[in-house]
Amino acid sequence: MTNDELLALTEQERAEEEKYSHRIHICTGTGCVSSHSEKILETFQAEIKARGLEEKVKARQVGCMGLCAAGPIVSIQPDGLLYREMTPELVPAIMDSLGGEPFKDQLIDTNIPFFYRQEKNTLENAGLIDPERIEEYIAVGGYAAVVKALSEMTPAEVIQEVHTSGMRGRGGAGFKTGLKWSLVAKAAGDQKYLICNADEGDPGAFMDRSILESDPHRVLEGMVVAAYAVGASQGYIYVRAEYPLAIKRLKIAIKQAEKLGLLGQNICNTPFNFKIDLRLGAGAFVCGEETALMSSVSGNRGTPNPRPPFPAQSGINNCPTLINNVETFANIPGIITDGGKWFARIGTETSKGTKVFALTGKIKNTGLIEVPMGITLREIIYDIGGGIPDGHNLKAVQTGGPSGGCIPAEYLDATVDYESLKQLGSMMGSGGMIVIDDTSNMVDMARFFMKFSMEESCGKCIPCRVGTTMLYNLLGKFQAGQATRWDLKRLEELCDLVKNTSLCGLGQAAPNPIISTLRFFRQEYLDKLIDSEKTGETVE
Amino acid sequence: MNSNPVVRSFTIDGIQVSAAEGETILEVARQNDIEIPTLCNLEGISSTGQCRLCMVEVKGTNRLIPSCATVAEEGMEIVTSNERIDKYRRMIVELLFAERNHICAVCVANGHCDLQAMAQKLGVTHIEFDYLHPSFQVDASHPKYEVDHNRCILCGRCVRVCDEIEGAHTRDFRNRGINTLVITDFATPWGESQTCTSCGKCVHVCPTGALAEKGKSVAEMQKRRQFLPYLVMRREGAK
Repeated sequence: MTNDELLALTEQERAEEEKYSHRIHICTGTGCVSSHSEKILETFQAEIKARGLEEKVKARQVGCMGLCAAGPIVSIQPDGLLYREMTPELVPAIMDSLGGEPFKDQLIDTNIPFFYRQEKNTLENAGLIDPERIEEYIAVGGYAAVVKALSEMTPAEVIQEVHTSGMRGRGGAGFKTGLKWSLVAKAAGDQKYLICNADEGDPGAFMDRSILESDPHRVLEGMVVAAYAVGASQGYIYVRAEYPLAIKRLKIAIKQAEKLGLLGQNICNTPFNFKIDLRLGAGAFVCGEETALMSSVSGNRGTPNPRPPFPAQSGINNCPTLINNVETFANIPGIITDGGKWFARIGTETSKGTKVFALTGKIKNTGLIEVPMGITLREIIYDIGGGIPDGHNLKAVQTGGPSGGCIPAEYLDATVDYESLKQLGSMMGSGGMIVIDDTSNMVDMARFFMKFSMEESCGKCIPCRVGTTMLYNLLGKFQAGQATRWDLKRLEELCDLVKNTSLCGLGQAAPNPIISTLRFFRQEYLDKLIDSEKTGETVE
Repeated sequence: MNSNPVVRSFTIDGIQVSAAEGETILEVARQNDIEIPTLCNLEGISSTGQCRLCMVEVKGTNRLIPSCATVAEEGMEIVTSNERIDKYRRMIVELLFAERNHICAVCVANGHCDLQAMAQKLGVTHIEFDYLHPSFQVDASHPKYEVDHNRCILCGRCVRVCDEIEGAHTRDFRNRGINTLVITDFATPWGESQTCTSCGKCVHVCPTGALAEKGKSVAEMQKRRQFLPYLVMRREGAK
């Protein structure tokens, strides 16, 4: 595929699009599908046919539109209308309203901060294109980055562009993407591998799933560019089997891209070859850790190994391997087409670009949002999120899932970037953001996450395997009001042990929910001591 | 042989030592008679860094690294023991004792047990965690050997020796977390295993009484590990 062919396809697809006076977009992301949006799509198609409007109105499936709390969502283009909580029964009424007054009962006011405060980059096509048609992705500028990189840029220039963008990995740790790429590019060896980590497993997080379901080609495009930059010929997408829709759409996308010569042998008529295969995770959280993931991809038990050696030196089959997260790859096309400088203008000094968050918990506008780095938690929760429902007050925000911590309400004006979240004892993580109101107890919260870590511990190293169980049991004593000061001391010592001696990131970060709640909500632990032990310690 | 070997100089506990390229900190420490405790590592089989007892400190950083799985680098200053490391080691051994049912008084390996010896060496005099008291099965279906999962510390030595030395790979792990079990084949009873050669290597590398010869009574299960350096020497020589 050359640039001219790409443009021709774009023209053709746009002309096709113009034929319709109205296009009805029905969300078929997992959230809306679970409230029967596929039935709504069928009903629309049947209704269009019954009214003989096939030439004028088109109903299509699209990806996530973000406001999952109001699903299933239907949008009418080009008018830009958004309807909430649709049912098949409402379809005729919506059809009647086309071209006239909007159907007021279900209309969503799009002039609210939830929409205008966001800055969409990786999600720019989500909700606008059919994720199962490559033509629609190409029509909105898709695969231009692949053509540009392969025909106009050297691998070193591609890496330089990513350096310039200042992007850091979106998987959680925030390692500089450009640096990682250059390490793999420099590593010796003819055979190199590339892996897309789509083993998203934090409770309450669904960013990667939404990207894969809404715009799978974007991730493939980022992977092709990365493979070209580092010299990899084989790629894997490690996606958890619990994401059947994402898997289905990825399979379709890979086939389509191969057919158009954008993937496989001689991509864009150049000597560059790159193949992508899917590997399905069998439901182990630890397989999101890169060494465990590579073990699993290689067909072994998915348990981590000590680093060094790092994947960039020795990964799959002991070859240099580049591992990036879904969202990291999804950011690449923009960086290549619009330039690293364009990307670097968004965000803070050290955290560039936009970040997708899954906003859940006690908040009005549950859903998927994309915001520029450096935004404050207050803006996310009160402007975009619409605040806390039922007249309750905000108590804390949990970020980073079972590896992160709780940020109390008094730090609401902290900015969302890698450094400031870390300073507050939490972490960016992959982007889960759980809002906690004053009805929740922090000991319960910590125990919930510890239960998760305990059940997901692979059992390889002792501190994580036994330590997380002991922590969980100790928290149980607090919950039951049976804990003593001795237990509190043991709890802290054990957190310190597990954090400092565990083999992999899962274990090292497992105590974070306890450490952070002990830091900011110590009184709640003291309140749970047995009565005779309550007095004595001064509260910080 | 490498005609131009690269030597790395560094210090362990202030003692100047040198390592050939690729040698781990633990290997160099052993060559110099510096003791670093470990339960999962055994000379002759690969290192996995999973017991976390051999963690050492690199001066200048607060981070601990597993000496069995970390290749020595030029100029490192290694500290093998200090208050913090010793405390962690004691806690890890305590966690092991609390995890399963390690009752020395009725164990075949009493007096010949690496875990017991480690506890004595590190000064673990009592266990401050609540015991989990799990109830695992004993598999005595094999004619010569038996496995008591209640005494297993999941170090993986048996898994590795079976795979790397015997070449049978009869053993592996199943489940996760504290429910992890070492299994034979696809979790069939040991006596029905199609791949086990009954060589007994696993029994003798096992640090505790989890794997034992049948018919041994309390404290009679002495481990014979002499075969391992011999076999490894034969293997390396054959290359």
